[in-house]
Amino acid sequence: MMSYYKLFALAAASFVLAGCSQNTIPDPDPTDTTYPGDAGASTDGMDGSDTYGGEEIPWEDPSAGELTMVIYFDFDSSEVRAADQDVVSRHAMQLGSGGSVRLEGHADERGSREYNIGLGERRAQAVRQMLLIQGVSADQISTVSFGEERPVGFGSSEADYAQNRRVEFKYSN
Amino acid sequence: MLNKFKIAVGMLFIVSGAAHAELVIDVQGVAQPTPVAIVPFGWEGDAAEMPLDVVKVINDDLRRSGRFAPVGEEKMLQKPTDGADVDFQDWSFVGVEAVVVGKVIQTGDNAYTLQFQLFDVFGRRQLVGYRMPASRGTMRGAAHRIADMIYEKLTGIKGVFGTKVAYVTAKREGEGRLYSLIVSDQDGFNEHTIMESADPIMSPAWSPDSRQLAYVSFEGNQSSIFVQTLRTGNRFKVSSKPGINGAPSFSPDGRKLVVTLGGVDGNLDIYVMDINSRNTTRLTTHRAIDTEGTWSPDSRYIYFTSDRSGGPQVYRVSANGGTPERVTFEGSYNARPRLSPDGKRLAMVHNDRGNYRIAVMNLERKDLLVLSSGRQDESPSFAPNSDILIYATRQGRDGVLETVSADGLIRQKMASRAGGDVREPVWSPFPRF
Repeated sequence: MMSYYKLFALAAASFVLAGCSQNTIPDPDPTDTTYPGDAGASTDGMDGSDTYGGEEIPWEDPSAGELTMVIYFDFDSSEVRAADQDVVSRHAMQLGSGGSVRLEGHADERGSREYNIGLGERRAQAVRQMLLIQGVSADQISTVSFGEERPVGFGSSEADYAQNRRVEFKYSN
Repeated sequence: MLNKFKIAVGMLFIVSGAAHAELVIDVQGVAQPTPVAIVPFGWEGDAAEMPLDVVKVINDDLRRSGRFAPVGEEKMLQKPTDGADVDFQDWSFVGVEAVVVGKVIQTGDNAYTLQFQLFDVFGRRQLVGYRMPASRGTMRGAAHRIADMIYEKLTGIKGVFGTKVAYVTAKREGEGRLYSLIVSDQDGFNEHTIMESADPIMSPAWSPDSRQLAYVSFEGNQSSIFVQTLRTGNRFKVSSKPGINGAPSFSPDGRKLVVTLGGVDGNLDIYVMDINSRNTTRLTTHRAIDTEGTWSPDSRYIYFTSDRSGGPQVYRVSANGGTPERVTFEGSYNARPRLSPDGKRLAMVHNDRGNYRIAVMNLERKDLLVLSSGRQDESPSFAPNSDILIYATRQGRDGVLETVSADGLIRQKMASRAGGDVREPVWSPFPRF
């Protein structure tokens, strides 16, 4: 666990050195990653064979792009979606360089308000557990659940509900 | 029963004249409310008119209850102000079952006497007569007391016109929202904002002497439980532990609160807190969500919501601790339990075929009666006479308040005149005179 932590810390530190703001990490310039030679130029192989056809394999660097500050959850679920696990990992990296985060859990409006506080807390805790496993220290994380009290979508449609079932990452130094 | 109710619904709009009233009330009544006559009261005093139209207050209360149909002044064949002048034959001709006469008498600069007599027209006898002092400031309250006495004599049920409700409103203000905790008379008059915040306010709860409210505030992005004295506005923070501090509810003796605490690991459990010492005793330890605790009126049990079986259901545990037992079994979602003050019924938020509605369970017979018809109804709270409940429902995007009789027959809507999202109504205990 400790070695992960060091790895993340190193990676995060390098971003900081690159002059990024704490919460925002810019996308590396994608034009730098093109391979020469795949646009019709040919080379001779040692065995004299012809040029191979082929294409670039894209690598989606989980640490590229801006940090996503909110993740969403399915109905009646506190499970971090597979697609969002990288988001949480990047926050773990970020926290490896220090600072602290408040995880704000939210629920949609359906059902009773205090029970929804519980559902929002469950979501915040799911994220917290992932951060702890990835080496973030417990004293860097606090949680608060607003239940259904701070909606983003104010209507009562499925789209509103989906926007409201979320955890937000709030950083402080 | 509900079908009959729907056919018989009469819609009636009472728009109160006072500009400061925030709630507009709209009544759906029973098929045959009892016809009564409140004769305009006599006035003996310096000014041309009495300081408050006492009869209007009484008429509005009785009409809003859904059980009475006060007749208009134009139908009255006589307008006596003294019981001795009541002609029972005239009133039986008008077709009313009861008649009320009375007077407002000025006795000093800001001192008045209100007197009234209630008569049974067919029995030709006085049911109750009463005289009480009032000032300009207390006259509305005195009028509600008169309505309460009339209501109790004619129905056998204690009236709740002199009680209050507390509720939370949220209004959009620029980018953010303004949350207000408001206390008003049960008819929407005399509302006072007792707390305002840019951060959410939740879960108001009355102390049994109705002098204090406990509530949850998210000031500083941390949930805390406060207890505020209404008269002074002074408040003290009783719980601000890491994680969740929520769902306060007073014990019947007013000395303790049942609260929900989550701790850093977010395991919501039920605790009992001694208000003076702030010492807490943990009542549940399950890793599921345990919340929304509330005392039974006999102080023996704490009823609460738990999703230990999967979805939320109502459980109860001895107030001294022990193994919780499950109380609700009907349906996949039963939360936010509240007991009627007579201890006979349990109100809850119940998932009724995809809709969240208010249901009441008879604790003896164990049957469940769905009382509301909205999509997203919440926060049921019994009136102190156990006969009526108040809850929040949706109207468009905003929450509004409704009341319903515990048998489901009489429903009223209270729409916020000032706008905003109205939620979490809680009915006060009976006032102590």
